[in-house]
Amino acid sequence: MGIRLMGGRVLDPASTLDEVTDVYVLGGVIVGLGRAPRGFKAKREIAVEGCIVAPGLVDLGSRLREPGFEHKATIASEARAAVRGGVTTLCTAPDTHPILDTPAMVEQIHQFASAARGARIKCLGALTVGLAGEVLAEMHALKAAGCVAVTNLERTIKDTSVLKHALAYAASANLTVFLHSEDYWLGRQGHMHEGATSTRLGIPGISRAAEIIGLHRDLTLIAETGVRAHLCRISTGEALKSLAEARRAKLPVTADTSILNLLYTDEDAGEFDANFHLRPPLRAARDRSALQSGVKRGTLEAIGAYHEPHDVDAKAAPFALTEPGASTLDTFLSSLLGLVAKGAFDLRSAFRAASLAPNQILGLPGGRLAVGAPADLCVFDPTATWEVTSATLLSQGKNNPLLGTRVTGHNKLTLVGGNVVYDSLGKAH
Amino acid sequence: MRAGNLQLDSHGRLKHFLAIEGLSPQLLTQILDNAERFAPVGDRAVKKVPLLRGKTVANLFFEPSTRTRTTFDLAAKRLSADVLNINIEASSTKKGESLGDTLRNLEAMQCDMFVVRHQTSGAADFIARQVAPHISVINGGDGRHEHPTQAMLDAFTIRRLKHRFDHLKVAIVGDVAHSRVARSEIHALRILGVPDIRVVGPRTLLPSGIEAMGVTVHHSLDEGIEGADVVIMLRLQQERMQSALLPSAHEYFREYGLTAARLKRAAKDAIVMHPGPINRGVEIASAVADGAQSVILQQVTYGIAVRMAVMAMVMGTQSQSSALAQGGADGD
Repeated sequence: MGIRLMGGRVLDPASTLDEVTDVYVLGGVIVGLGRAPRGFKAKREIAVEGCIVAPGLVDLGSRLREPGFEHKATIASEARAAVRGGVTTLCTAPDTHPILDTPAMVEQIHQFASAARGARIKCLGALTVGLAGEVLAEMHALKAAGCVAVTNLERTIKDTSVLKHALAYAASANLTVFLHSEDYWLGRQGHMHEGATSTRLGIPGISRAAEIIGLHRDLTLIAETGVRAHLCRISTGEALKSLAEARRAKLPVTADTSILNLLYTDEDAGEFDANFHLRPPLRAARDRSALQSGVKRGTLEAIGAYHEPHDVDAKAAPFALTEPGASTLDTFLSSLLGLVAKGAFDLRSAFRAASLAPNQILGLPGGRLAVGAPADLCVFDPTATWEVTSATLLSQGKNNPLLGTRVTGHNKLTLVGGNVVYDSLGKAH
Repeated sequence: MRAGNLQLDSHGRLKHFLAIEGLSPQLLTQILDNAERFAPVGDRAVKKVPLLRGKTVANLFFEPSTRTRTTFDLAAKRLSADVLNINIEASSTKKGESLGDTLRNLEAMQCDMFVVRHQTSGAADFIARQVAPHISVINGGDGRHEHPTQAMLDAFTIRRLKHRFDHLKVAIVGDVAHSRVARSEIHALRILGVPDIRVVGPRTLLPSGIEAMGVTVHHSLDEGIEGADVVIMLRLQQERMQSALLPSAHEYFREYGLTAARLKRAAKDAIVMHPGPINRGVEIASAVADGAQSVILQQVTYGIAVRMAVMAMVMGTQSQSSALAQGGADGD
């Protein structure tokens, strides 16, 4: 059925389009902008004045926790939270139980996802069996089953020769590898950025060197194997220099940082607030501003939500004994708009980094608002504010650092593949 | 400061004692003044005042300790409280019961105060947020974060012997990185007005960004203790050698061990302190530990009075404490 979105401000991060116009959707794709294509019949006309219509957001690394950790979250709960927040595609991380290292697991997740009727779910397969860093996963089979990339997550492969072989094999399978760069030995005992705050709180720190050394090892092996790699969750300013160098050397790399590293610093962990216990850690103010300008300049192509929902018990302990990670899907859009309001980067850059670039990294056609592009759209009121509370968060994980604050920007309508999967237009928030 | 607010009630009185950071000079001075009034109790034939009669204090030690637990135990008993000593080794909590569940069980036993020692930074802070409103929590040391009663007993010792803080040079020597004592000490000395605080040790034992706490950093012991009025030696644990932070105890003693010869660089009337237990021949020579300038055993004695003061204050009985402590003394 045809849908006409009327009177919204339409933003396309892939072009210069930013104007009030109508969007016509049919058969899962955008079929017209401003003018209906010939013969178009709208079954549904939706007035979206005052709202921005943009391509839906993408999370490059969500912990959906299913199967195995349903007490933290389920694919259904998080797919719903995603579309409520304007996120239309989630990449699910392979550290489920069992680990996502076989085609059967990919199939199972796809089944859960299609029943969930929310965001699209894309699988990140394990790079090594059981994520143990010893034996290569069956990457060809994972790719054939639908994995968009392979990764070993933060579970650094200690044995550099295994890493080299894994990257070489992925290259021959034409798979993108997602890498979380960290030196195993420097990272293994720390729980937050090494600096004045970790010293004050007496929490073992993770130095910037952990990321830089890990990154250099990864970049050297990327150069040697020619694998297409995406570097995840860059947290230090220094890493940007290495990335710029890698670009000059024409290495096939892309990179992102997490929305939380753009918003916060280590000082925000304040007095042992476990919702700020993250991996990689929040860094110093100078790292945060370097990351922000990295996004602005495009050195960091993408921003990830890196949604990690947890149950209450996972965070109910002294800081270092809690599980790292924050629940971010519900507030991803508001956080991006908050950074735009602070002047970190403009709205187009925000959607380029959180929608267009992630789609490109995953080899997907979305992230554009143009005729022929998939109708994965979010429609949001950029000025509406809402209170972040356990009750207003749809994610099963309430470990959101924004809890108790009021945020600006409220998603009202979400389309995935041309279907309305979330609609709160006309409802009070 | 979240911790600062957490440990004070709505009238600015001490509700919990979790950290020195964030407390006012007035409050620290009040603790020292109250401890001064409790100090004579230990010299009496009947070493008891009835301030906490009918109250139950639970000493929760998630990490082994002899001295701290014993002095808290004595302090509580001298205040006439009933004391429950519970050793909860990390291994038993790992068997399944969460920290929260342990606490709820103890609350069900109707305790009024928890003295907590835990190997993880922030544990006392976490526990104070979890307990029922009538329960007070005293931090007996959390990870590398703070050990506030130790800092207060050191401040008490310094005040007794040096009378004022505003002209002192204090050197803290050794494993600052892993030391909760050092952190609390630095905060307490700063708040009480010590103008010159130095930390001394090899780079591997001084945490990054320590200068932000208001200290100067020295890697040479001779330079660090030059003219110091107070030298606080920290305990060096054997694990530091295993984790490649130091080559050997032998080399450590040669470079950072306090010997009589080295102590001559400090002020003539300098005092030497140590939170204990001491490693003779590792961080301190026996001649210094047992020498005329050492006040290490006085620290232990004063620790009881300071802990009595803090316990009385968090239980809201400090208003009566001076009358009772002094009245009792007259009666003896």
